[in-house]
Amino acid sequence: MSRFLTSSLAGLLLTAAASQAANADNPPSHVLANTCFSCHGTDGDSKGAMPSIKGKPADYIATLLNAFRDGSKKGTVMNRIAKGFTPDEINELAKYFAAKQ
Amino acid sequence: MKTISRRTFNRLLGAGGLGAAAALSAPAVLAAAKAKVVVVGGGFGGATTAKYLTRLSPGVEVTLVEPSTHFITCPFSNLVLGGLRRMDDITHTYDAMKTRGVKVVHERARVVDGAKKQVTLDSGKMLSFDYCVVSPGIDFKWGAIEGLTPAIIDKIPHAWKAGPQTVLLRRQLEAMRDGGTFIISPPVDPFRCPPGPGERISMVAHYLKQAKPKSKIVVLDPKKSFSKQGLFKQGWEKLYPGMIDYHNIDNDGVVRRIDEAGMTLHGDFGQYKGDVINFIPPQQAAEIARVSGLTDATGWCPVHGQTFESTQVKGVFVIGDASQASPMPKSGFSASTQGKVAAAAIAALVDGNRPGAPKFVNTCYSFVGPDYGISVAAVYNVENDKIVSVKGAGGLSPTDASTFDRKQEALYADGWYRSISQDIWG
Repeated sequence: MSRFLTSSLAGLLLTAAASQAANADNPPSHVLANTCFSCHGTDGDSKGAMPSIKGKPADYIATLLNAFRDGSKKGTVMNRIAKGFTPDEINELAKYFAAKQ
Repeated sequence: MKTISRRTFNRLLGAGGLGAAAALSAPAVLAAAKAKVVVVGGGFGGATTAKYLTRLSPGVEVTLVEPSTHFITCPFSNLVLGGLRRMDDITHTYDAMKTRGVKVVHERARVVDGAKKQVTLDSGKMLSFDYCVVSPGIDFKWGAIEGLTPAIIDKIPHAWKAGPQTVLLRRQLEAMRDGGTFIISPPVDPFRCPPGPGERISMVAHYLKQAKPKSKIVVLDPKKSFSKQGLFKQGWEKLYPGMIDYHNIDNDGVVRRIDEAGMTLHGDFGQYKGDVINFIPPQQAAEIARVSGLTDATGWCPVHGQTFESTQVKGVFVIGDASQASPMPKSGFSASTQGKVAAAAIAALVDGNRPGAPKFVNTCYSFVGPDYGISVAAVYNVENDKIVSVKGAGGLSPTDASTFDRKQEALYADGWYRSISQDIWG
């Protein structure tokens, strides 16, 4: 893993930890992520047409989700879904799926 | 509820003791269970809960009570009617569940006693629990209109619980003459799978267009409008022009009487004679929810949005179609997601923690044609224990989507089915 990616990941982890501490009622990351499994497969391991996101770099997942969110990438349903998540939640999701091997 | 004599009780205890002794020989369960959870219903909601409890709370003893050894999904059963899938494709087993350590009891649960913390099965056997998750689905409101009785379903199937009814309706369509009339009457709100009738009309139209192109479809809908109406009507115009005659509440869509012998549905003004009739009855939470004190005057089960624990019976959680989870629709996706929320809440409670506020998604795909998919999605937060849609998110596929996007959504619908069924029963 590149030094850049490692430091980005560390940054994400810190951001996530801070946001969790700020609000104890935030959903745990596995609860945030598990609703995604219905389309993207358990832990993001998709067997069908939806892309697998399991083990993809966190930066890649977060970049795509943010692009769906702001409309700079056009999808079918993902624009409508990504708009429902905050940047912090997107980072949490990215970190969760990146950690799955 | 059947009372239990002391002798029977001792016998059951003895049986339990034997069972426990047998279980002890398996190394995985040497440790005493942290808690006992009984899950009633092995569909999208219940099976998800059982599986996710084993993931989120190892050491919890999970018993899944489901009468059927094979589960046939309502999602994609419309594709069986359209000839695009076989029954085998929508049938799942509990084998993987058993491998995960879930005790699967193939029996019907009769009643949940929240005070005594036990579930009574049809055989009279009792299962005790620390927490119970009830995901029983729906029952039909027989007698809601004249002629609507369980006796008609061998001739006028509902096919709204997938299985033999799906096969029967498919056979009736196969046997129908070219130039015949298929009548479908969807139910009033709220009901299982709001876009389901639109998809069923589409899939039957697809089949008739291939096999019996002179046939007609008459829709008698007692509502003002239906889920994804604009998208469905746009697709019907494109794929099945002139085939579908849609009546809503303002145009004699309300069926007042079913004449089974005459194969005729009576509206306020007209009489509609069909070669094949699919009457989908109005619905309520399944019986076990009603006899266990989980329903309110609406016929559905009020729940805490944060956990899906019943607001009426402590320690009992209600998920899926039987729960009042509006603005979430009564869908398989909703039920499965709710099962994960309930499992996470129970896992937290077992460890003495407060369940966190969940956040979740629902997406419903529908087929208008084999290469023509549409969707509706929503993202939900929980605020003050109430489920709310996140503003600015979710919504329908655009009306001006390209042919490529419609095809993509059909492919994604198939991807969803593979992923969710693997996630639940795999």
